[in-house]
Amino acid sequence: MSDVVKKFMFVNRKAPYGTIYALESLEVVLITAAFDQDVSLVFLDDGVYQMKKGQQTKGIEIKNFSPTYRALDGYDVEKLYVEKEAMEERGLTEDDLLVDVTVLSRAEMGALMDQQDVVLSF
Amino acid sequence: MLHIVNKSPLSNGTLDSCLRVAVSGDILLIEDAVYAATKGNSFEAKVRAAMGKCKIYVLMPDLEARGLGDRLMDGVTGVDHGGFVDLAISNKATQSWL
Repeated sequence: MSDVVKKFMFVNRKAPYGTIYALESLEVVLITAAFDQDVSLVFLDDGVYQMKKGQQTKGIEIKNFSPTYRALDGYDVEKLYVEKEAMEERGLTEDDLLVDVTVLSRAEMGALMDQQDVVLSF
Repeated sequence: MLHIVNKSPLSNGTLDSCLRVAVSGDILLIEDAVYAATKGNSFEAKVRAAMGKCKIYVLMPDLEARGLGDRLMDGVTGVDHGGFVDLAISNKATQSWL
């Protein structure tokens, strides 16, 4: 396998459950991590809802995949970034999130995006 | 009549369209539209304004799935799937804002 490590960014902009994007992103993140790449996950716009604590999906009979975000650590996926403005617009604070993340402003997100080799959007 | 909305208010104009058009009756928020009825979200004021002409309902299993079952705005009524059926029956017509 190639020893070149690329910087991969996954841009998550959709709320969970209403569409399949959030779950599909998570699947691809885990695949990428298996190839020992430098993976960052960013949560923008409605994507911040993916990180909300306390998801209880029994009533809609869909698998609750939110505990997987807590397991990312075990796959050496440790770079999670959440957009500050998106959280504020949605009445959320860092205490509402499932895992420890780095909160970045929109401008900081843009700068981080500029540093990537590969950007995948969901 | 019954208006049903299933899109997030902050990433899609569907709920805005519904609120512009609906003059009376019931509005049921399901799937990603439930975020509109959560405390502190930036669409809250528009939902509150709509309460003057319509009664607003939220499908609770969808709100709970998203981890926001304890954040329902005051003045919005939570319903379960049975309540969804009751709303469909009690209204003469339904408009789904897809």
